[in-house]
Amino acid sequence: MADHNGWDIRMENLVLGYDDTVVLDNISASLPAGKISVILGGSGDGKSTLLRHVLGLKRPMAGKIFLGPHSLFELSSGQFRKVRRRMGVLFQDGALLGSLTLGQNVALPLTEHTKLDAATVESIVQHKLALVGLDKYADYYPNQLSGGMRKRAGLARAIVTDPPILLCDEPTSGLDPINSAQMDKLLLDMKQHFPDMTIIVVSHDLQSLYTIADHVLVLHAGKAVYNGGLEPLRQTTDPYLRQFLDRSAGDMQTPDLRLGQEARDALRAWLDK
Amino acid sequence: MRTLAVLSEMGAMFLFLLHGLVNIFTSTKQLRKIVHQMYFIGSKSLLVISLIGIFTGMVLGLQGYYTLVKFGSEGLLGAAVALSLIRELGPVLTAIMVTGRAGSSMAAEIGVMRISDQIDALEVMDINPISYLVSPRFAAAIICFPLLTAVFDVIGIIGGYLTGVALLGINPGIYFYRIESSVNSHDIYEGFLKALLFGVIVATVSCFQGYYTHMRKDGVGPEGVSNATTSAVVMSCVLVLITDYIVTSFLL
Ligand SMILES: Nc1ncnc2c1ncn2[C@@H]1O[C@H](COP(=O)(O)OP(=O)(O)O)[C@@H](O)[C@H]1O
Ligand SMILES: [Mg+2]
Repeated sequence: MADHNGWDIRMENLVLGYDDTVVLDNISASLPAGKISVILGGSGDGKSTLLRHVLGLKRPMAGKIFLGPHSLFELSSGQFRKVRRRMGVLFQDGALLGSLTLGQNVALPLTEHTKLDAATVESIVQHKLALVGLDKYADYYPNQLSGGMRKRAGLARAIVTDPPILLCDEPTSGLDPINSAQMDKLLLDMKQHFPDMTIIVVSHDLQSLYTIADHVLVLHAGKAVYNGGLEPLRQTTDPYLRQFLDRSAGDMQTPDLRLGQEARDALRAWLDK
Repeated sequence: MRTLAVLSEMGAMFLFLLHGLVNIFTSTKQLRKIVHQMYFIGSKSLLVISLIGIFTGMVLGLQGYYTLVKFGSEGLLGAAVALSLIRELGPVLTAIMVTGRAGSSMAAEIGVMRISDQIDALEVMDINPISYLVSPRFAAAIICFPLLTAVFDVIGIIGGYLTGVALLGINPGIYFYRIESSVNSHDIYEGFLKALLFGVIVATVSCFQGYYTHMRKDGVGPEGVSNATTSAVVMSCVLVLITDYIVTSFLL
């Protein structure tokens, strides 16, 4: 495990799901090392599910996941932990520990695993919080912050060890346009500073897709419907992908939105009371 | 089938307990977490334990007096109150009160951490969630239950004194003399052993229910947490009473 070159992530014939419902069926894809790959898909299409499996939190029903040279579910538990130490993760809702302040949350991987002295940890934490614009909030508890702030703090914690693999679940959802743009910029800067870092971003934010993506994996209805570069995706003629990229409602027909006469009369009576 | 499910859950809980126990002494950092949990389980339960203790002792004083006076042996009240408290009521009532106060919140707290991905986040950071979350609670419960039980016993004996001596007029010297002459080390040992076992049971059941909230069949998300909390309290109380019977029948 001495090699410190970037690791790509390969999925071979993955079948993923819960109990007996299959969420993703027969996914094969490869996400390149040292690049930003965006996993795109609608809500409920299984993006977070895929992420949980790549993190080794759940075993696939079938198929394999390779991180660099290692087949994730065929490692001894010691090796598995070593592989997983290389990953930094931003969970969809931040997953900050509620009993710790932001500063303590961000410091956690360092205080638990290294012998760095308190002052060094403090300065690293301040630096990472400043990167996400939260340096003034180190002493706040997660429940004193907005969802977007929790998400940014989650990113600070994910990058506190400069991990070779960074995975982010919907980093820009719930963020205002300025914060979204800053999040995108931060990810691009990370790529520049750490040329070997493999960055995986789960998203359905088209703006950030166009800004950050080198590589795109599109999930839809249990399948991988696209796996390739950004440019070819822009030119695609696939009807679903076009609809997604054009943000089009397609040929959906909105049914009559008004309530029936009886319900309307009843509500009117209540409003006039 | 149901029996099998119950047995397999008990087995899983036992393994969970072992896992939690071996991880108590993994690092010196554990000490701070243990102290924090002791504050939460022990210190914050003191008031309610004292309140229940004083009233339990007072009721024992009244009831004991009216029974004993029929045989003209109200002088034995001190012994009756002390023995029932030390051997039986102290450990059991303490365990049930602490289940309601601390067990339920252990289950809820860990359950919320489970459904909001906090436990997964710990795992991904290569921090063993059992040793981080569960072991300090086990250690704190093992330390606090006997201490709280002792407090309960002492305050209960004072409660018995209040009704028996202050209210009903038994000779105070006799009250304490009878306690001293009838309570022996075996009684103390039995009470202590029970308190220890109940601490282990309540902490194990509560943490287990919270930790596996996501595996529940009867509800996901917040509903799962609320069901986990209910299960933790009900199962803790039932197991405490069953264990109480078993221990008593072996040691009597
Ligand atoms: N713990 C779970 N148990 C059962 N089904 C789940 C669970 N988590 C997610 N699912 C199902 O898996 C599908 C994909 O969910 P998810 O991966 O969270 O989607 P996304 O992140 O793309 O919005 C959904 O249909 C959801 O209902
Ligand atoms: Mg998701």
